Amino acid sequence: MIVRRTALLALATTATLALTACGGGSSLEAGKNLDPTKLTIYSAQHQNLTEAWAKKFQEASGITVQIRYGSDSSMAAQIVQEGAKSPADVFLTENSPAMTTVQNAGLLAKVDDATISQVGADYAPSTHQWVGIAARSTVLVYNPSKISAAELPTSIMDLQDPKWKGRWGAAAGGADFQAIVSAILETQGQDKTAAWLKGLKDGAQIYQNNIAVMKAVNAGQVPVGIMYHYYWYRDQALTKAGSKNTKLLYFRHQDPGAFVSVSGGAVLKSSKQAAKAQKFLAFVTSKTGQTILATSDAKEYAVGKGVASDKALEPLATLDAPHVDPFTLNGPKVIELMTQAGIL
Amino acid sequence: MRLPRRGASSPTPPAVVAASLVVAAVCVLPLAVVAVKAFEIGWSPAWHLLWRPRVGELLRNTAALVALTVTLTTAIGIGTAWLVERTSLPGAKFWRVLMVCPLAVPAFVNSYAWVTVRPDLQGLNGAVLVTTLSYFPFVFLPVAAVLRGLDQSLEDSARSLGLGPWRSFFRAVLPQLRPAALGGMLLVSLHLLSEFGVLAMLRFPTFTTAILEQFQVAFSNSAGSLLAVVLIALCLGLLTAELLLRGTTRHARLGRGAARRALPARLGRWTAPALLGMGVLTALALGVPLGSLVYWFRAGSGGLTESTFDPAQLVTTLWGTLRLALTAGVVTVVAAFPVAWLIARRRTWMSVLVERATYVASSLPGVVIALALVTLAVRYARPVYQTSVVLVAAYAILFIPRAMVTIRAAMAHAPGELTEAARALGDGPFRAFVRVLVPLTAPGALAGFAMVFIATSTELTATLLLAPTGTQTLATAFWSASESIDYAGAAPYAAALVLVSAPLTYLLLRRPDEEPAL
Repeated sequence: MIVRRTALLALATTATLALTACGGGSSLEAGKNLDPTKLTIYSAQHQNLTEAWAKKFQEASGITVQIRYGSDSSMAAQIVQEGAKSPADVFLTENSPAMTTVQNAGLLAKVDDATISQVGADYAPSTHQWVGIAARSTVLVYNPSKISAAELPTSIMDLQDPKWKGRWGAAAGGADFQAIVSAILETQGQDKTAAWLKGLKDGAQIYQNNIAVMKAVNAGQVPVGIMYHYYWYRDQALTKAGSKNTKLLYFRHQDPGAFVSVSGGAVLKSSKQAAKAQKFLAFVTSKTGQTILATSDAKEYAVGKGVASDKALEPLATLDAPHVDPFTLNGPKVIELMTQAGIL
Repeated sequence: MRLPRRGASSPTPPAVVAASLVVAAVCVLPLAVVAVKAFEIGWSPAWHLLWRPRVGELLRNTAALVALTVTLTTAIGIGTAWLVERTSLPGAKFWRVLMVCPLAVPAFVNSYAWVTVRPDLQGLNGAVLVTTLSYFPFVFLPVAAVLRGLDQSLEDSARSLGLGPWRSFFRAVLPQLRPAALGGMLLVSLHLLSEFGVLAMLRFPTFTTAILEQFQVAFSNSAGSLLAVVLIALCLGLLTAELLLRGTTRHARLGRGAARRALPARLGRWTAPALLGMGVLTALALGVPLGSLVYWFRAGSGGLTESTFDPAQLVTTLWGTLRLALTAGVVTVVAAFPVAWLIARRRTWMSVLVERATYVASSLPGVVIALALVTLAVRYARPVYQTSVVLVAAYAILFIPRAMVTIRAAMAHAPGELTEAARALGDGPFRAFVRVLVPLTAPGALAGFAMVFIATSTELTATLLLAPTGTQTLATAFWSASESIDYAGAAPYAAALVLVSAPLTYLLLRRPDEEPAL
């Protein structure tokens, strides 16, 4: 009986503890319940970069900021579900299709002209409902000990050829890859994209994400892989553990494989602090904001006029990327095509 | 269904009936949501989405995985149980412990260990290898329990009727293992249907991994719900198949009598191969994960690899996980209590239905339940959307049977007559409840709490979808580190997971006569 009483007591105590911890909103959960008086940023961009921007912005403007993190697609869908009641004031993405999803739902306000004019012409959509804040280039990562330079493809479209079967890697399940497929759809049209996706389904090794693709190429599991440039530069700057056996190939000549994906920033129409939100975007695209990006370890490209990107990178102007209006990049259509191809 | 009659059954308080109905409704709600969401697409597009090659591929993958792994775990589970319980295998007690220990290593931690040893491990072979090594204790435990209590006389009769040792094993012993083995096989197959971590890491797509991928690229879209409906159908199919295979054969002994303890079969010259086999199995199932953890710890601390590991983060995450698990454990036990009361006191078709309802949802993968709760919260419960309230609700729905099994068992020791006696002696209903029922069922509730606690701390898929932004658990922190292939950074979280799971193994070893309610 004594044992049972003790057990009961223990149960009751843990119950009380747990329930008070749950209801009390302890320190761990602070910051989770968004404070409506602060400027609220929904960010799918890298945490380090977003935080660096937010911190400097807070210092410069005196406006306090709170950030919620998520991934491109799920955050975009979340904002759409939240609709006019969204607590978000600003939305930051890694790629543009997620932004287009929110824009097509009619939830974005126009970005101030002064802000738009701070970035290069290719890095804002024609609609001016959001603005580019950073950019990333598609690259082919390859392992020179597994493939000679002469054998490398000259276009991303070559990879659908049966001779590449089993010899290339891609992280086809992620938002990053969706953006690349969007570019293919925009430049090549639906039929060619569907054919390419079929080649992907039949011939590519599918990895969890860009890092896994790079490491697989590095380890010689596949000779080549499709990914974004900055994973490689970051690994090179750190330990080189995932990239020491690899090199990068830029497709250039406006190939869809030379696509530069634009990360976007936008102000929500429903924002009750629209002026502060516009200020934040103006700051991020300003010389100061873009220099924070260029000197951080993000290794993404700066898109602000007159701001040089990290010197380690291949200059953005020499990449000869295809010209696409980032607004036209289509997320839902891409998901539909990828579903039809049996990738999703 | 014939229901056992109870003696003096006191009327069940209406509050208990009402509470159990609410609990059952909450458990069934997610299923209804998934079905409605899938139907929203309309017949023709839905048919199109279902009747495509990708679904066929997922079906083939899932079926192959279940068929191979269930066969292997059954063979290994029964074989090792027989060796440990019925033969002259040296050190049987020691081996019995080792055969249960793999349960303390979450399967996705095991796959991480295997990828460390064999970086090229992937696809069906890799998936079968890792899941077999992680899941065979599910068959071993119940079968060993039956073998230990089995009456030797049946086998003796078979031998006296002229059957050799092998044939008498197959004819007299094996059939008696059927319910236990089937229960274990069912557990293994349900776990396989909902397995995500192992299969994502080894790049072997099944319904569960595809549903999660759909969610990540397109949030809670209807294609994901349709895949979930197929998965629900597969689960129900397995549950029915088990029921049919279990059959109606009686396995209990007639009359009380005393079972004759089995004499261990002499292994003789087979002793060395048997020991070798057990040793190899242990090395594969336990040696590899523990060895890999040691390797990554040394690699991480020796600066051999880049690691983002931050000790302060581990402490925060551990605390966050323990708090979630505590809350989920308490909430689940409280929710299970009225249902267990109802089913223990009043076995009517209604109470059986209520009880079954709480089982159905929990046999589904976490990701399906989570998907449904996201939909519900976004539409009807915005204030709790993406808070730990929804997450705890998901845990309660997923793990309520674990608490119910143990509370029911405890209730059986607290017959209604005792409460009535207390009432007769002048106690009010509440006082009688507190003084009689609560103390008697407390041990069961505590065991149930422990089970839910452990299950919560290792849950991955529902947590990935529902965790409030910024909240990490050991499982999700391990997962995000291993996803960026930062294996050294993942190692401390893996070790913490193993340490948190270890008490479960202890609990199961202490109660070897009961089926694991995993």
